[in-house]
Amino acid sequence: MDARTSDAARPVLEAPDIARVLTRIAHEIVERAKGADDVVLLGIPTRGVFLARRLAARLEEITGKPGRIPVGSLDITMYRDDLRLRPARALARTEIPDDGIDGRLVVLVDDVLFSGRTIRAALDALGDIGRPRAVQLAVLVDRGHRELPIRADYVGKNLPTSLRETVKVQLTEEDGRDSVLLGLRETTPADGK
Amino acid sequence: MTMSDTHKTLLRGAKVLGGEPRDVLIEGERIAAVGTGLDPDGATVIDAAGQILLPGLVDLHTHLREPGREDSETVLTGTRAAAIGGFTAVHAMANTFPVADTAGVVEQVWRLGKESGYCDVQPVGAVTVGLEGKKLAELGAMHDSAAGVRVFSDDGKCVDDAVIMRRALEYVKAFDGVIAQHAQEPRLTEGAQMNEGVVSAELGLGGWPAVAEESIIARDVLLAAHVGSRVHICHLSTAGSVEIVRWAKSKGWHVTAEVTPHHLLLTDELVRSYDPVYKVNPPLRTEADVMALREALADGTIDCVATDHAPHPHEDKDCEWGAAAMGMVGLETALSVVQHTMVDTGLLDWTGVADRMSVRPSAIGRLTGHGRPIAAGEPANLTLLDSAYRGVVNPAGFASRSRNTPYEGRELPGRVTYTFLRGRATVVDGKLA
Amino acid sequence: MKRHLISAADLSRDDAVLILDTAEELARLADRPIKKLPTLRGRTVVNLFFEDSTRTRISFEAAAKRLSADVINFSAKGSSVSKGESLKDTALTLEAMGADAVVIRHHASGAPHRLATSGWINGAVVNAGDGTHEHPTQALLDAFTVRRHLSPAASGVGQDLAGRRITIVGDVLHSRVARSNVHLLSTLGAEVTLVAPPTLVPFGVESWPCEVSYDLDAVVGKTDAVMMLRVQRERMNAAFFPTEREYARRYGLDGDRMARMPEHAIVMHPGPMNRGMEITAEVADSDRCTAVEQVANGVSIRMAVLYLLLGGNESAVAAARTEESK
Repeated sequence: MDARTSDAARPVLEAPDIARVLTRIAHEIVERAKGADDVVLLGIPTRGVFLARRLAARLEEITGKPGRIPVGSLDITMYRDDLRLRPARALARTEIPDDGIDGRLVVLVDDVLFSGRTIRAALDALGDIGRPRAVQLAVLVDRGHRELPIRADYVGKNLPTSLRETVKVQLTEEDGRDSVLLGLRETTPADGK
Repeated sequence: MTMSDTHKTLLRGAKVLGGEPRDVLIEGERIAAVGTGLDPDGATVIDAAGQILLPGLVDLHTHLREPGREDSETVLTGTRAAAIGGFTAVHAMANTFPVADTAGVVEQVWRLGKESGYCDVQPVGAVTVGLEGKKLAELGAMHDSAAGVRVFSDDGKCVDDAVIMRRALEYVKAFDGVIAQHAQEPRLTEGAQMNEGVVSAELGLGGWPAVAEESIIARDVLLAAHVGSRVHICHLSTAGSVEIVRWAKSKGWHVTAEVTPHHLLLTDELVRSYDPVYKVNPPLRTEADVMALREALADGTIDCVATDHAPHPHEDKDCEWGAAAMGMVGLETALSVVQHTMVDTGLLDWTGVADRMSVRPSAIGRLTGHGRPIAAGEPANLTLLDSAYRGVVNPAGFASRSRNTPYEGRELPGRVTYTFLRGRATVVDGKLA
Repeated sequence: MKRHLISAADLSRDDAVLILDTAEELARLADRPIKKLPTLRGRTVVNLFFEDSTRTRISFEAAAKRLSADVINFSAKGSSVSKGESLKDTALTLEAMGADAVVIRHHASGAPHRLATSGWINGAVVNAGDGTHEHPTQALLDAFTVRRHLSPAASGVGQDLAGRRITIVGDVLHSRVARSNVHLLSTLGAEVTLVAPPTLVPFGVESWPCEVSYDLDAVVGKTDAVMMLRVQRERMNAAFFPTEREYARRYGLDGDRMARMPEHAIVMHPGPMNRGMEITAEVADSDRCTAVEQVANGVSIRMAVLYLLLGGNESAVAAARTEESK
């Protein structure tokens, strides 16, 4: 995410930390959703999808319902509010579980919560797909600097940052390792977010 | 036209036909002396050092558009463009509105040329009434008129009927005329938009096959041989056409041919831009054709360069390819293109240029005062060329009323600095006098 | 290709795969209750049709509307503007109306190219078929259809057509569909063979990236897809072939020929079909014929093209694709 991160990036979460916070979030979801019976996890591509799958596995473990937690992906590209600021982007996959989202508790899953604009787009996209009973948000890292009235229901780690800093999440499925790196922006703050 | 007929001009140090520097003294309408260290004796002296002196150029193929399409060119603007290009005589094609198929129309064009004063205008008469290819026009009446027509052509259209062509060739023998054929088999070129080949296949534009030109040329040289007449091939454009003309000449038949400057330089690859400025008839051909045409012009198989100057108003070219008019202007760039393609490449020397752009076209058109040697006593029809000049073609500065040049933005060598028509400068220092 | 889609030849392999992948994703919209995306809200797409083609126009219109663009249909056929000289004036009018994209169908080859390069308009130009030149979105939807059928895993997302053998049969000379398909399919790695009577093969075809055959029977047994081109009956009068019967016999696709195709091979047709001419009713109505499916795929492809041309501040196709950010 953001621009390139300098080589001097510093890990703020390592693999065991990530595993631990995901387990905690899973427990919180079960608690808040009273058993997670109607929970649908939708990850926001790319890394949100992997996080959603990991959360689903943990929820199934906790609730003892293997293969029963629906998990999917929600691409928000076509709903972004900054499309005209950059070249058109390739689309990622939207995969809604077979039973849909109507009347369900949808938990959106993303790696980093920053301005909140991605989540705003996700809420719009969700509205075109169905009518959930409620929508909640789970993120691995909340780095602050919100530009919209949006907050996360489940946060792996609150990470106060300056705008000069970058937060990079690496996940085994995509990057070959699990970690969250805090670094300094190489380029001017005008690009990227 | 401010100078009086008795005015004297001395060209100092001009390279006559590209040779050693000579002084050339012009007195009245004629060349008075050619030598070294000539005494100015009150003459206007022009420093011509390093410049090339040629006989005034003669174009066998010019569309002056008047009468009928004065929005694209008039006799006045067309002859001004001719003068800028170094021409002292042009043959005005017959496809005007009305068609120049009667003594009345050719005399009108001839008279407008006289009035312009920039360049001699020799009207070409139509071969058939209305260029329709069906009925012979009054060829004799046009010859007998004040215009004294000797070259006849349905240019723009082919005289495709073999019998009409044969009769025309025979008929003009009575007054030493020549039929200038626009060689285009009409059925093979229905819907034709560009050269038929690799590029047309890709672009999906209707093809104009080389064989449509070559088959007509083959027929016409045989007809001319059969009836013992002169035939002239307009704007020859393919390597195959060159072969046929070469063969006909080897037989001793009275066949002559012209090539346009654009066919010596441009190829159908340019059509990939779909820019109608490259749309012309016959179409731009391939690199191999261009090379064959240069070679044929160099060895004399092709007798002369003729511009096929075809002005069109802006709107006829500012549209999609299929709707655009065919043709390009050429008078003001012809000598530069010939220098670029023939002289700078070593294919032709300046004597050769004089031959192909003045001597031979005059002979084909039977003009008397043009294409003469640069010698004392000869008519002072002269062109002075700064061959060292390099410039980018900018149509905004054209004397022609039209701007449809394919060379816009292209660097070409050579610039005509002075043109003299019977001793009077029509161009002075590169500008109209 | 930068801001326009004029020729399939302008597309790189990666461009083409990106368009197909995007279309694949957009095709899934059909399963949703709301088949519309807000992406091109406030953008204006003009369908400028100088030639009748209800099918193509409707396809582009549906595509633009599903992306929430405003659509203006400008049909120039039969009116005073069907004369060529007014293409410029029409373009200036559209420019004044603020067209972000002009989808143009024109009877003159090169008209879209001219529109895109003349400086008459600033918007993106999409060629919806020009003369006998190109019809790039048709080629894209054909490639999309082939990929879906021949690479069923994940509908072939991310894949090209390497090694696929595709035969295009019929009036290649006058076919913009054939020209675009030869470019695109070969760019995607397919082996293309054109089959036609020699009179309907363009002079100069030897420079095309394909094989040419005059014998349909020799080719039909080793092909993964057969694409039948529409043959205009009036070609007969111009001596391109002696009779309709002879054409159908030598170059038409009937049940017998279809039976000799490999089992997995499909029959394609850009429509509208001349039943009894290039294709028999038996073949046209068989489940191997994808003609109807091609129409549906056309909307997804055109959505993808419009999105990739208009969805950002510059075209995604051939532009530097930077890493995603949030």
